[in-house]
Amino acid sequence: MTHQHTLIIEAGRTERHYWRDLWRYRELFFFLAWRDLLVRYKQTVIGVAWALLRPFLTMLVLTLVFSKFAKLPSEGVPYPILVFAALLPWQFFSNAFTEAGNSLISNANMISKVYFPRLVIPASAVIVSFVDFLISGIILIGLMLWYGFMPGWRLLTLPLFIFVAFAAAMGAGLWIAALNVKYRDFRYIIPFVVQFGLYVSPVGFSSTIVPEHWRVLYSLNPMVGVIDGFRWAILGGDTQLYWPGFLLSLGLVSLLFITSIFYFRKTERGFADLI
Amino acid sequence: MPPIISVQNLGKKYILSHQSKERYTALRDVMVNGAKRFSHKLRHPFAIPENDPTHEEFWALKDISFDIQQGDRVGIIGRNGAGKSTLLKILSRITDPTVGQIKIRGRVASLLEVGTGFHPELTGRENIYLNGAILGMGKAEIKKKFDEIVAFAEVEKFLDTPVKRYSSGMYVRLAFAVAAHLEPETLIVDEVLAVGDAQFQKKCLGKMEEVGKQGRTVLFVSHNMAMISNLCQKGIVLEAGQLTFQGQISEAVLKYYKGGEKNDRANRTFESKTAVLLGAELLGVGNSLDVTIHDELVIRMKYKIKRQVEGKCVPNFHFSSSDGGRIFVSNAERVIAMPPGEYFADCTIPGNLLNEGAYFVGLALTTYSEAGSFEVEFFDQNAMTFNVIDPMDERSNRYGYAGPVPGVIRPKLTWKIHEDIK
Repeated sequence: MTHQHTLIIEAGRTERHYWRDLWRYRELFFFLAWRDLLVRYKQTVIGVAWALLRPFLTMLVLTLVFSKFAKLPSEGVPYPILVFAALLPWQFFSNAFTEAGNSLISNANMISKVYFPRLVIPASAVIVSFVDFLISGIILIGLMLWYGFMPGWRLLTLPLFIFVAFAAAMGAGLWIAALNVKYRDFRYIIPFVVQFGLYVSPVGFSSTIVPEHWRVLYSLNPMVGVIDGFRWAILGGDTQLYWPGFLLSLGLVSLLFITSIFYFRKTERGFADLI
Repeated sequence: MPPIISVQNLGKKYILSHQSKERYTALRDVMVNGAKRFSHKLRHPFAIPENDPTHEEFWALKDISFDIQQGDRVGIIGRNGAGKSTLLKILSRITDPTVGQIKIRGRVASLLEVGTGFHPELTGRENIYLNGAILGMGKAEIKKKFDEIVAFAEVEKFLDTPVKRYSSGMYVRLAFAVAAHLEPETLIVDEVLAVGDAQFQKKCLGKMEEVGKQGRTVLFVSHNMAMISNLCQKGIVLEAGQLTFQGQISEAVLKYYKGGEKNDRANRTFESKTAVLLGAELLGVGNSLDVTIHDELVIRMKYKIKRQVEGKCVPNFHFSSSDGGRIFVSNAERVIAMPPGEYFADCTIPGNLLNEGAYFVGLALTTYSEAGSFEVEFFDQNAMTFNVIDPMDERSNRYGYAGPVPGVIRPKLTWKIHEDIK
């Protein structure tokens, strides 16, 4: 009891120690992520293999539909690799978005009974999806070995794009999570966005097939920039990054991320009363 | 030493919505209402916004101010809906106050529910870590206390079993054990001990008392007055969102019962065709309702017999302890058949009979006929209260001990100590 700090609780007082508290609760953050990971595959027969099987089957279907049936161009790389380089960030985004968006509701009990910075909950949901992302990365390595595909130096820039994907998932997730507490309509919007997004984002095809004069407009979808970035880093070779579009996406992601933090912080204090 | 918790003019307002049956707002309603308001504004630009009849303000807490000193064990009592849980929620930072300010020194841990965040699929071991982290313990801290927690919960054999297969008793034991091993300066506990068996409750109370003895502050909410008066020294009474009393726990308990009574008994008279209760008073007790343990106390009941009856009208007093348990009943002695009129019945309770604490007196009059049948004329269950206190002088035979002496009664008995001469 040597260095007691005094806590002041007041109406409308924005927590001065918020970020310090967040740091203090960093262990809770990992414990929650760890709980979700542990729980996820309990009482399943093939366990963690599900994390591999789902993206693998999705990749097969997308390749079959877009390459074999629709005969879309592949930018000179094996089509499965083209698809999977995009599927990785997309699945990360859609899982993180779904999990984070529903995270507050599914932990309602904790929110109404214990204090901790609420940001911990959606953030740990994003972390869980990130672990899945890393696991499905194994498939990409497998595909590269299978096709004898050698990535170039650009692969080193991948963490940068992962970071952008992170910010996009977190930004969208926080917005939806906070809105979901008050308006349960967003529960129904989440699966819709995810389903819709798979087709409007260049997952099964390369964004080069989008006509040039539409590309800036197309980049209003922040995931376009993220996916193009992933392809640019992983596929190497002739793949070109469409800079105006990428920068636009990047700007939108930053905007989404920053506003989401503000909105979350603003509404956070009322969560316990509303949920 | 400044108080460890200082609350000033605290208030919490909720907006009650009468129209919507849904627990949550639908976006559709917000948009429709927004559009309505907007069009109304367009048509009547200078109209004063009218009060929305579907929304009503409700102050769950209003103008609450109190200080708590370090090491105090404070019981917060009040009826359902008095605002106890809201107060605890604000103190534990779960929800924001609408007005007012609270200053808290040091770390606070709150236990508003047993096993918050427990996941049924996880094992006991995993849940200890998870729950500890949720309550604000670090991994190192949990590791250090792990064995102690397990021993306290008595679940050694089932550590690696998912808690969904636990019996409910085991579940509660484990959950409480984690919380009990927190080491905050202030521990806030809501009615969580209502669960679990008596033996475990006792163990938890012991643990909480120990926490208090270590100089830490405990805030405790319960409806079990016996438990509260056992555990706490101080009390705060809330009534309909307002603080009505703050002081010694025994007085707080009295106040709580009195406050509740006021409402139900305002329009009640205790009367039959034969007799009516006119009033009652305690003789030898100050305004504070305190009586010293060594002193005698006289309870006087005034009643009226309205008509001539066959048999005897016998006054009888019923004594209960603060937890509501009946201690004894006393019938008046040597009653004879009495003509109509107004009477006093005085009953003397000798000193050195009842232990410290709050007591309730029920007043009754029963007519016993010659044939052996009887009829209760009236019975006012918790008509009066008084509080027995111990001045802690040499007559108390405490020999310097200042803690509570167990038991409902504390009679002075004859002792004789003499040497064993062989």
